[in-house]
Amino acid sequence: MNSKLIFSIAKSLLLARWRQTLVAAVGVTFSIAMFITLLGFMNGLNDLLDGLILNRTPHVRLYNEIKPSENQPVNAAAAYKHSYNFIRSVKAGVTRQEIYNSGPIMQAVKNDPRVFGAAPKLTIQVFYTEGTIDITGVINGVDVEEEMRLFNFQDYVTAGDAIDVQQVANSIILGKGLAEILVADIGDVVQVTTAQGERFPLKVVGYFQSGVQEIDKVQSYASIATTQKLLGKPKSYITDIQIKLHNLEEAPAVAAAYAQLFQVDAEDIQTANAQFETGSNVRSLISYAVGITLLIVAGFGIFNILNMMIYEKMDSIAILKATGFSGSDVNRIFLVIALSIGFFGGIVGLLFGFLFSVVIDNIPFNTAALPTIKTYPVNYSPVFYFIGGFFSLITTYFAGFFPARKASRIDPVEIIRGK
Amino acid sequence: MSNIILEAKQINKAFHDPVTVQVLSDITFSVDKGEFVSVIGKSGCGKSTLLYILSTMDTDYQGELYIDDELMTGRSDVELARIRNEKIGFVFQFHYLLNEFSVLQNVMLPGLKLGKYSEQEVEHRALERLKMLGIEHLAQKTAYRISGGEKQRVAIARALINDPHIIMGDEPTGNLDVKNSDMVFDIFKELAEVHNQTLLIVTHDQSFAQNSGRIIEMEDGRII
Repeated sequence: MNSKLIFSIAKSLLLARWRQTLVAAVGVTFSIAMFITLLGFMNGLNDLLDGLILNRTPHVRLYNEIKPSENQPVNAAAAYKHSYNFIRSVKAGVTRQEIYNSGPIMQAVKNDPRVFGAAPKLTIQVFYTEGTIDITGVINGVDVEEEMRLFNFQDYVTAGDAIDVQQVANSIILGKGLAEILVADIGDVVQVTTAQGERFPLKVVGYFQSGVQEIDKVQSYASIATTQKLLGKPKSYITDIQIKLHNLEEAPAVAAAYAQLFQVDAEDIQTANAQFETGSNVRSLISYAVGITLLIVAGFGIFNILNMMIYEKMDSIAILKATGFSGSDVNRIFLVIALSIGFFGGIVGLLFGFLFSVVIDNIPFNTAALPTIKTYPVNYSPVFYFIGGFFSLITTYFAGFFPARKASRIDPVEIIRGK
Repeated sequence: MSNIILEAKQINKAFHDPVTVQVLSDITFSVDKGEFVSVIGKSGCGKSTLLYILSTMDTDYQGELYIDDELMTGRSDVELARIRNEKIGFVFQFHYLLNEFSVLQNVMLPGLKLGKYSEQEVEHRALERLKMLGIEHLAQKTAYRISGGEKQRVAIARALINDPHIIMGDEPTGNLDVKNSDMVFDIFKELAEVHNQTLLIVTHDQSFAQNSGRIIEMEDGRII
């Protein structure tokens, strides 16, 4: 009963000065809308930029690194077990780049419930021969179907059909930059020389464009079988296993476990791409800071308007107190006023924020570097809407706190006598 | 059961800013149920100050105040607000209606605050009181659109909504013309005589005071 009464009094006071109320609410609306738009746009860009690298990067990569052995024979010898052994000029020995037992490992990885999928990969260094010049490059032998499923391979094949490389024997998808250097059209044949000196003709079935020029100038894709043929290796020969997890955050733990279990090198995405995470974090931080600043400014607007309202309503406050409303009732009335400005202003703000986001989302944005992007990217994560709504209530609460306290402390005697 | 509604014992009050001035000294008196008391005195004799202490709004005094045999001195803001709501009705010189509300809502507010009756009942009681004062046709009007005399009658209706033990008035006729003053006085008189309502009215209107049941005259902070 009491709270219903307090709400109805607050409502009457609000509506009695609806113009002021509107100005205060518009302040909140504007800042919330901007907050949502800014964060949505900023995070959309973040996702896009991260996606450039992260979508195509396996969460965990298993491989064998060429490096000197950590366990030198002298350390294993019983006689020198308790000595401190200085070994100079340690060199990397003949390490197999091949992942040993790749078949069973693939099987085990695919059965792990944390794993979304795993794709084998085979990377080789080659020279593309164009007339008299040799251009160094890399051919990635991939399982195209898995690559498409896990790493959106098809999105980056801008000309030709990605699946052709699997179906057409001795075919290759060239990086866009590389194709321009080689002046190779689709259907042409390019000459490839392996590090072992073998020379192969490969048919171009598509172009590949990652958005990163440096990559497009050196990388090409072929099927695993073609690549194994180039190297003259058997069917089980692969150098990498790329794993995509259900949950990205688990990558370091999974990588550590697999390194232990399969005796291979395992690299997680966080280690491999630490700089991207840092960049996104800083960008989010900036947009949050700007958004919250906007809200605080709106908060000051509400503070002012409530203060003015209290001066205007001195008589009403005095009479409420004289007829039996306590200081805390008056306090609650003004807090309800502040919070309802925050609540309704905030709701409309969220709506406008969403509308602005949709508008931005529909502005054309074409860039050669990003073949899959047609409009500006926007992130519609409900988290931003939740934070925006939450902050609109918090700031208006604090903006209302001091005026409400002041109102609750008004001495009715002073007002009534003062006339 | 005692017949005393309001009792003041040895009430003293002084203002300390900028210099200490004794406003009330040793005020001791009581009001019986059904009495129509008027407090008169010259400006500055402390009669309004006394009224605000008696009304529990001013808590800065020495001495003891009893309303309905309960000690008011030293109670919390919330308790005093509840007591004002339930047991005291106010009529001020400057009407003091809430302009954001209709006449009916103004009358209903203290009743809704008390929460003793449902909203429909409070509305019914409010209409009853407006009818008694002959202003039920104003019920739906906004408070600032009615005349001064009407406002004062609405204020009286509001004071009556919770059947208070005592109605206190601070110069309720001070701002009204003769015709309206007489009307307000007649209402008070009727309340006292017909409804046995206790009234404590501060006034400097001699003729008003002469016609009330009992006169308390004050001078320099004392009752004489």
